[in-house]
Amino acid sequence: MPDLDLEVDRVSKRYGAHLAVDDLSLAVGRGSFFSILGPSGCGKTTLLRLIAGFLEPDSGDVRIGGRSMRGVLPNRRPVNMVFQHLALFPMMSVGENVGYGLARRGAAQPLIRERVATMLKRVGLPGAEGKRIDQLSGGQKHRVAIARSLVLEPTLLLLDEPLGALDLKLREHMKIELKQLQADFGTTFVYITHDQSEALVLSDHVAVMSAGRFEQVGTPQELYYQPRTPFVAGFVGANNRLTGAAARADGHFVELESAQGLTVQARPSGPIAAGDVVEAFVRPEVVSLAHDAAELAPMQRFVGRVESLLFDGANSAVLLRELRTGTEFRVALPQTGEFADLREGEQVAFGFDPQRAVCFEVTRT
Amino acid sequence: MTATASADLAAPRTRLALFLLFAPALIWLLGLIVLPHVDLAALSLRARVAPRTYEFSFANYRTFIDEPLYWHTFVRTAAMSIIATACTLLIAFPTAWYIVKIARGQAKSMLLVLCLIPFWVSETVRTLGWMILLRESGVVPHFLVALGITAQPVELLYHDATILVGLVYTSLLFMIVPLANALESLDDALIEAAYDLGGNAWSILRQIVIPHAAPGIAAGSIVVFMLTLGNYLTPTLLGGKNSLWFTEQIYAQFITRFNWEQGAAFGFLLLMLSTAIVWLGLAVSGQRFGDVMRRA
Ligand SMILES: Nc1ncnc2c1ncn2[C@@H]1O[C@H](COP(=O)(O)OP(=O)(O)OP(=O)(O)O)[C@@H](O)[C@H]1O
Ligand SMILES: [Mg+2]
Repeated sequence: MPDLDLEVDRVSKRYGAHLAVDDLSLAVGRGSFFSILGPSGCGKTTLLRLIAGFLEPDSGDVRIGGRSMRGVLPNRRPVNMVFQHLALFPMMSVGENVGYGLARRGAAQPLIRERVATMLKRVGLPGAEGKRIDQLSGGQKHRVAIARSLVLEPTLLLLDEPLGALDLKLREHMKIELKQLQADFGTTFVYITHDQSEALVLSDHVAVMSAGRFEQVGTPQELYYQPRTPFVAGFVGANNRLTGAAARADGHFVELESAQGLTVQARPSGPIAAGDVVEAFVRPEVVSLAHDAAELAPMQRFVGRVESLLFDGANSAVLLRELRTGTEFRVALPQTGEFADLREGEQVAFGFDPQRAVCFEVTRT
Repeated sequence: MTATASADLAAPRTRLALFLLFAPALIWLLGLIVLPHVDLAALSLRARVAPRTYEFSFANYRTFIDEPLYWHTFVRTAAMSIIATACTLLIAFPTAWYIVKIARGQAKSMLLVLCLIPFWVSETVRTLGWMILLRESGVVPHFLVALGITAQPVELLYHDATILVGLVYTSLLFMIVPLANALESLDDALIEAAYDLGGNAWSILRQIVIPHAAPGIAAGSIVVFMLTLGNYLTPTLLGGKNSLWFTEQIYAQFITRFNWEQGAAFGFLLLMLSTAIVWLGLAVSGQRFGDVMRRA
């Protein structure tokens, strides 16, 4: 397929006894923004370094633009990397940093100067050539690092948690900027992060990684609304997790009975039979609140006591304890401000549509 | 209000404390460095016209210029010291690189200790060790014969190369330590980034590693150069009569000839030489003395 910029074909990498990347495959289409999302230590950096060429896979192959990269050194791959701490050269000016790759390719000085100037203009730093790296703000350094890579017009840009070191406000800002830059340049981005909001906001496709393997690859919407494994359901977005046994099950719904005796209904993911050990996930925003349980029909209904209020602007939530079993639920407060006057200790009814909760069989490994 | 008052009260006392704190350093500086040098300068600028009568004169310096042996030794010492410093740098750089960037865990500390071990033995004994190895009836010539490389045992002492080996050996640690310090602070990601952007080993060394390590290189080179220039034992023992090291001339004037005026002039010339070369080296490499010494 000609329109795939990156293909990773059954690649494994082992550090001593530890399998950091485990028989992993992936394909990234031209011009897309692909994120790899996973907890710390799951092997994201290892995978990225395999693609960049700093590590050789023990088995499998990496193809970039259709060409096998076996034995191709990092300085010969059509790939550039933005490092976690950016790794700008402090001994060089901004212009020299951005022009470094071109100079290494033997481009003529006037051409380098022109390309560097154009590039700096495109990332919003016109005329910054003469500045020293330590004169730049965090966000500006970020742009220089990206300009330094993009000026070489790589097939693929790899980014290793480049926003990790920034403070929250700047990170939010750079997130949007990064997305715009990618759309503007049309370069294929492979972005790794442990921050799910970064992955969801930025990407066309996200791979959720755990212990050296991909749990699920899909669009942000798919990952959020149709998680295929308990790990994805638990890792992407907030979720209420309930464990128990399947009391009843058919192809369309499962009735889970928890150890405390709470019964909830959910949509099954994969085949589930009565008696299986199962795990159900209910998103906070799926749960509706009501002063009177009757309002919630025909959903399954529960009554809870307000344990605490978690105010966070538009993401405000309330922590409820189900009255009969003491099971804890996190419920999003509606944007309408309807339940804004809820107090701790108050009783409210809550319920949710079984089709919007998902249930997995717990496989013991 | 009260705070400023107490601060005012404290000020003279702090100043006194500060003065007392620096007093030993000041006494040391004045008593052991400045005063002897002032005396040395005065000594070098007088000539004996009659027993116990001296007058101001540049005669001692003129002797230096007029006598080819003296300035020949002087130039030779400077050149050999520069060569020894360069050799030390060439050997120390890969060593420091290996210790800092390649060795891991225990091997790292082991290697540093290994560099330090020779310094548990006094310089005299170390140099004598070289003599035992290199003299005609010594270990190395014997081995060369046994291996069939030379027909007869060769004398390996009393060559310029032998002096250089000895000097490099004594100086190595003083180069490795500042270099290792400088390389330690170089982020590996910078090297990887340069490599990723198309750099090769040589261009990365030249554009990233050396500029970063420059203060360490300068610090190590200054220390090694000064130690080498002022070394007496190693050139004398390993070079014998042929060594022609300037410190030997100073020693001869002071001790053998009892011509303190001439010795003082030579001492002063050596001081000027080292100052001039260090200054030149810093100017050429674009380093500032303060930055360099902070890294040393
Ligand atoms: N050079 C190495 N030698 C041995 N083990 C290593 C090495 N590099 C990484 N590992 C191990 O491999 C696993 C994956 O590491 P990796 O750096 O890829 O994780 P990561 O997903 O990037 O984590 P983080 O989000 O914390 O950066 C970790 O358990 C780590 O301990
Ligand atoms: Mg990482």
